[in-house]
Amino acid sequence: MSGVEWQLVGFSLRMALASLLLILPVGLALAWWLARKEWRGKAVVETLVSLPLVLPPVVTGLVLLQLFGRRGSVGSWLHNTFNLDVVFTWRGVVIALAAMSLPLFVRAARTAFEEVDVKFEQLARTLGAGEWRVFFTITLPLARRGVLAGTLLAFARALGEFGATIMVAGNIPGRTTTLPVAIYQAVENGEDAHAWTLAGVSAVSAFAAVFISEKLQRRRK
Amino acid sequence: MNNKILVTILSSLFALQLHAAQVTVFAAASLTDSLKQIAADYEKTSGDKIVFNFAASGTLSRQIEAGAPADIFFAADETKADALEKKGLLVSGTRTSLLGNSLVIVTPNDAAVINSPNELTNTTVQHIALGELKTVPCGTYAKVYLEKLQLWPVVESKVVPCESVRAVLAAVESGNVDAGFVYKTDAAISKKVKVAYEVPAGVAPKISYPLALLKDAPQPEAAKNFIIYLDSDAATTVFKQFGFIVLPSAPAK
Repeated sequence: MSGVEWQLVGFSLRMALASLLLILPVGLALAWWLARKEWRGKAVVETLVSLPLVLPPVVTGLVLLQLFGRRGSVGSWLHNTFNLDVVFTWRGVVIALAAMSLPLFVRAARTAFEEVDVKFEQLARTLGAGEWRVFFTITLPLARRGVLAGTLLAFARALGEFGATIMVAGNIPGRTTTLPVAIYQAVENGEDAHAWTLAGVSAVSAFAAVFISEKLQRRRK
Repeated sequence: MNNKILVTILSSLFALQLHAAQVTVFAAASLTDSLKQIAADYEKTSGDKIVFNFAASGTLSRQIEAGAPADIFFAADETKADALEKKGLLVSGTRTSLLGNSLVIVTPNDAAVINSPNELTNTTVQHIALGELKTVPCGTYAKVYLEKLQLWPVVESKVVPCESVRAVLAAVESGNVDAGFVYKTDAAISKKVKVAYEVPAGVAPKISYPLALLKDAPQPEAAKNFIIYLDSDAATTVFKQFGFIVLPSAPAK
């Protein structure tokens, strides 16, 4: 592999990891909320969270572009207050990846939380543990395999994301170009060997993530 | 009497149906509006149907190499036609250089004014949209121009490559970039951008649109007729209206 190819792999891994950092707090809260609480309109939230799974990725990209563009509600605020741009920068990559892989994480984590016996949590409460302590000492450790599997799935999804990324972050070599976008560009340029090398890297990393994730989920049962 | 009329109408419709061919034109994105208008006129008189695939010239030539069923290649860069010619994919003798164009720097309507290419190096200009450097001729031309002005090393890190000249235009319209390089003809169709600077003809690389019949054309006869029409007064008038430079029709190259 050439220097450019290593750079691409490194960049894509960093972006996927950064998106995980964004997903974990939000995703854990959402998953727990969906698994443990009942409230009005829950079905709507459930559907909204899963929507990026089935919506064409470019539609998710379009919504993010609208929000985070310099004239968008969030984007104009970020630009005017912090002079931060999201669209066509690495931040756009992270946001696109996070939006696209959040559903996978939430679904896996929610199932894992639901499988934790509520009795253990109640027991901890009777011993005086607060809700945070119950979550971090009982619920999360017991659900760790499922949560970890979800994390890996989300990571793999982030590594492969194309549609939303290219809409929000574009294709700036060395700055926003991720593996899938680079593969697309290599084919466009007629650089088939380059495209196949990158495709090989993607296949290996995706295989590893799904393989480990499956193993984790199976051992739980 | 009525029956006779009906029969004539039906038979002429049927005859039209028999002769109507579908001509597929792979054309540069910058030709979108002008060619659509020309084709609409042509379809009325000829009865043939013109189908377009508009994209970056480099993308189109890749698709043609891969065996896409196209009759006519109408690119924005001679080198893209050279590549196909070398591979023997053009019908020799049919290639002409029909149009010229000029390069302009556009900015969003509400953005700060730029008066010269040198101002692209200002820190206030963070993102500059360009056609993707290998596949989009407009991007290639802009790069050559910026290299000539020795601005490329400074500007390179600000470049946002777009997949066609129309994508550049859209990026500038959205305000997500501070400036972009498009053709004069693209800038003219948008109300959301303003032309900040027009690159003088002598300074920019020569922009020339090659047109040729493809070797594997499914409809070569009908395609030839449309190529002839593209060089007619009716068509060149439309091209001129959109701001293209119509090159003298001596067969180039």
